[in-house]
Amino acid sequence: MSLIEIKNLVKTYQTGDTSFNALDGVSLTVEKGEFVCIMGTSGSGKSTFMNMLGCLDKPTQGTYFLDGVDVSRLNADELAEIRNLKLGFVFQGFNLISRTSALENVELPMIYKGIPKEERIEKARAALKIVGLEQRESHHPNQMSGGQQQRVAIARAIVNDAPIILADEPTGNLDTKTSIEVMEFFVKLNEESGKTIVLVTHEPDIAEYSKRVVRFKDGRIISDEVRA
Amino acid sequence: MIDFASTFTIAMRSLKINKMRSMLTSLGIIIGVSAVIIMMAIGEGSKQRIAKEIESTGSNIITVMSGSSSSGGIRGGAGTKPTITLKDSDAIQKQCPSVLVSVGVLRDTKQVVFSNQNWSTTIYGVEPEYLAVQKYEVADGRNFNQDDEKNATKVAIIGETVSENLFGDMDPLNKTIRVGGVPFKVVGLLKSKGENGMGMDQDDVVFVPLTTGQRNLMGTEFPGTVRQIVVQAKDSESLIKAQQEIKNLLRERHNIGKNKDDDFTVRSFTQMLETIKNQKEAMSTLLMFVALVSLLIGGIGIMNIMLVSVTERTREIGIRMAIGAKGSDICIQFLIEAVTLSMVGGLVGVFTGIIGAEITGFLWSDNVTIIISLSPILASFLFAGIVGVVFGFYPAWKASKLNPIDALRYE
Repeated sequence: MSLIEIKNLVKTYQTGDTSFNALDGVSLTVEKGEFVCIMGTSGSGKSTFMNMLGCLDKPTQGTYFLDGVDVSRLNADELAEIRNLKLGFVFQGFNLISRTSALENVELPMIYKGIPKEERIEKARAALKIVGLEQRESHHPNQMSGGQQQRVAIARAIVNDAPIILADEPTGNLDTKTSIEVMEFFVKLNEESGKTIVLVTHEPDIAEYSKRVVRFKDGRIISDEVRA
Repeated sequence: MIDFASTFTIAMRSLKINKMRSMLTSLGIIIGVSAVIIMMAIGEGSKQRIAKEIESTGSNIITVMSGSSSSGGIRGGAGTKPTITLKDSDAIQKQCPSVLVSVGVLRDTKQVVFSNQNWSTTIYGVEPEYLAVQKYEVADGRNFNQDDEKNATKVAIIGETVSENLFGDMDPLNKTIRVGGVPFKVVGLLKSKGENGMGMDQDDVVFVPLTTGQRNLMGTEFPGTVRQIVVQAKDSESLIKAQQEIKNLLRERHNIGKNKDDDFTVRSFTQMLETIKNQKEAMSTLLMFVALVSLLIGGIGIMNIMLVSVTERTREIGIRMAIGAKGSDICIQFLIEAVTLSMVGGLVGVFTGIIGAEITGFLWSDNVTIIISLSPILASFLFAGIVGVVFGFYPAWKASKLNPIDALRYE
């Protein structure tokens, strides 16, 4: 079975009498170790799709098998556990906890996993080293540049050994040079650590880093290209 | 569910980030707990003070005073019309079954002189039993005896205050003092009793035998009358019965008609103290209630700030949920924050309360006795903790129910 198997996913938003299908029958299969880029204009449904993929929201219809488990049937606590163990998030706005050191931010997913303190610190340091920030573990987010913050976020996403990394416009707030640095990290994680990466972007340059591009429009997938 | 220690760590980190706010929030609890402890200390102190008072004035004491005089529409106070006599006292002693002892007392204020010192004090003409009834003890020298009574000898027993003012460091025994111009030999010095419940110095007294007082000092145009009769009832149960017996007996002896008012007053000092005790207890209950209300207000302060905190940290909650925090983890985190605020506030409040109580006792040492006991400290500390749980629960629950997507998007 594939790592991600999505069939006929529908998400309907109800506003008064009118209903709107943000996702209108989306099917997608992602194998382990793939680097998929999701593209589309705003309102195309790609963000809603990422929320489904990230187990942050439940679909109205359809099935979503993640590593063999139908997550569309799970309750909130079970979804939290899936997010903790199977998924690593990287957001456009970094989403680090403010006034909290880089080390403590990276520690966080392990706290919710229930890892003892010494092991947490050891692993968090190792993850910060991977992203090249071992010198900055006591820095707070406001003392770091955008690129550094995003690298802390990446360290946080990989620290629990989650097989999938979901990145929602990870370079949206970064300049070109830093964007390249960050994207090179994703490539490295994909190629060296075998992480499955699903990345949302609207910049074609960024999409160049991936091997497969899925385009969304009006809640449907309009193209799915695999590059050689 | 994650382990408690980790959640505690997270909660502590969050509180540390907002140090000033955390401190101000705790302040409500600090004040509440301090207030409870101070009020309890004062309440407990005054309770014991009264108990000691009742102990020291002699138990089950009833006072009979003369009625008030009335002249041209102007009424004097109790005891201004001499209507009660030593014979009344003897009759009370003999005929009232609930009465243990009854003694007549004369009283007046006179100038007392020794050498070049003089002092104005209250002179009591008393029967020998009086001292025991009023719980006076002779520290040095002797009590009056039947001979003093029979022969109206000019002897006096003086209180410590009088002794200090007339004699200073000298030994007053066997010295001769002049009371209202009449020479008296000091035969006894009283053991100090301190102030009574009304703040009156019970050591500022001179006792002389009743007969001597009648003949030489406080003679009136109504021979045989006394200023008051002090009665000791058999026990506290017979206190009220004894008062009724005395009333009935004196009305009969004074030939007072059915619809006429008494020409005397019967009062029980013990009963007055009991009344004061009850009043003070009611007062401390009231103050205690006010203190508890302030503790509750402190709790509302915690709830208020926790609600603000939850709203302010919506995004943080979203991040935590996205990386795997369950609703229960978030709920416990905020609950621990609230309880920590209240418990730390409670702990600081215990210290400021104890210090505050000590200061109160020090500043108003004349009127306030402070007794700090463990149970109110534990109770108020525990109550502070409960306040934290109760008022912290709603914000924590609200935080745990946030939708992670909305929370992440919150600006």
